[in-house]
Amino acid sequence: MVEKHLLVSRIEKGTVIDHIPAGRALAVLKLLGITGREGYRVALVMNVESGRLGKKDIVKIEGVYVDEEHAKKIALVAPEATLNRIENYVVVSKKKLEPPEELEGTLTCTNPTCITRKPREPVTPRFYRVRGKKLRYQCIYCSTIISEEEIVRQLAGEHV
Amino acid sequence: MHGSWKGRDVISILDFSRDDLDALYYLADKYLEKIQNATPLRTLEGFVISLAFFEPSTRTRMSFETAAKRLGAGVIGFTAAAGTSLEKGESYADTIRMLDGYSDLIVLRHKYEGAARFAAEIAKHPVVNGGDGKQHHPTQAFIDLYTIRRLKERLEGLNIGVLGDLRYGRAANSFILGTALYRTNTLYLISPPQLRMRDETRIILEDLGVRFYETESLEDVVSDLDVLYVTRIQKERFPDLSEYEKVKGSYRVTRRLLETRAKPDLIVMHPLPRVDEISYDVDDTRYQAYFKQAYYGVPVRMAVLSLVLGKEG
Ligand SMILES: [Zn+2]
Repeated sequence: MVEKHLLVSRIEKGTVIDHIPAGRALAVLKLLGITGREGYRVALVMNVESGRLGKKDIVKIEGVYVDEEHAKKIALVAPEATLNRIENYVVVSKKKLEPPEELEGTLTCTNPTCITRKPREPVTPRFYRVRGKKLRYQCIYCSTIISEEEIVRQLAGEHV
Repeated sequence: MHGSWKGRDVISILDFSRDDLDALYYLADKYLEKIQNATPLRTLEGFVISLAFFEPSTRTRMSFETAAKRLGAGVIGFTAAAGTSLEKGESYADTIRMLDGYSDLIVLRHKYEGAARFAAEIAKHPVVNGGDGKQHHPTQAFIDLYTIRRLKERLEGLNIGVLGDLRYGRAANSFILGTALYRTNTLYLISPPQLRMRDETRIILEDLGVRFYETESLEDVVSDLDVLYVTRIQKERFPDLSEYEKVKGSYRVTRRLLETRAKPDLIVMHPLPRVDEISYDVDDTRYQAYFKQAYYGVPVRMAVLSLVLGKEG
């Protein structure tokens, strides 16, 4: 914790997203729609030591609070992340993110012959979370398993 | 007693319990006897069953059609000719709605995985999956398990080998899932490395605590087996044809192999049609079970149709 404070100054109000897997901070920002041009003060800390994850990223955004919808998406690229709400330089609430058990429409099935990929059919892709250490989802129609890497790729793009 | 079948969709064998399957086998036994005695049945008289084969099929479609007619049901439907497409104009969803309006039950086959589940969401009447893409073929798995039960008089404690395309073959996939419902002793999964079962099937076997062993060699394991389930290895699955030529011989079941290596009471099964994965000289040996397996297709499908329509008897 000391190290973090050495790296980045504290924010007065806004959000600190902690325990992001190393290298995913940019993906988190992308999901929040933050490009840097909005004028928010944003601090990224990448690849810092962390007991739990080995290395982790941290994102701090001044003046921005994360709503449910965005929190749900962030949980998919940072399943272990915590969302800290900051007021007057102190954490007023802390929420551990939890990827949902079911997803509807958020991801695309990777199987090209899945019924959800058939053009012009009124079918929404749906997925169940697969039990286990790694975050994975399974298509309810074709049973294809979507890996965590694929989830990040779909939500945040190739470049992240 | 069979209340749990009525009105149900038959999408994947995983949706069924051993009790459900016991009810099915019981009724299939009864229908088998009726067929053998040439007793006409009127169980489903007045019902109309749709056979919607968006992908060409001869065996499965005829087997369902025979089953429906033996129970006195009327049959409507279509089979897409090879290489043609029914998908040009109307959407799949709209076709399902139309069939749902005309009939009391829809049997369908489609090249897209998940097509049956999607149809079941749309249709008010029950949907029976006659094969969706590379994924599920539950009625074939019912027939396969029924065959083992009849010929081996049990489904538990057996060493079962599944040979061939375990990755893209829906019959093999459904059969593997079906055996997982029973306390199989060991499941031997025999295939070239590129045709091993998919992760989604592996996860299920692991969850159910099935003891399985993956190998590339039939010869190494054939002497352990009580049941050998053979499926076709398609050339098209190999990016390099020379790879296919290299492996194809080692997945061929011959009389010589069986007579020199297999247990005397091994049964050899195949969902048919076969090409050359089982040589013809196996046909008149005691190992051959695939013609019986094919014959059981009609009574088992009769049982499925009548249970789902709630009219068994
Ligand atoms: Zn899918």
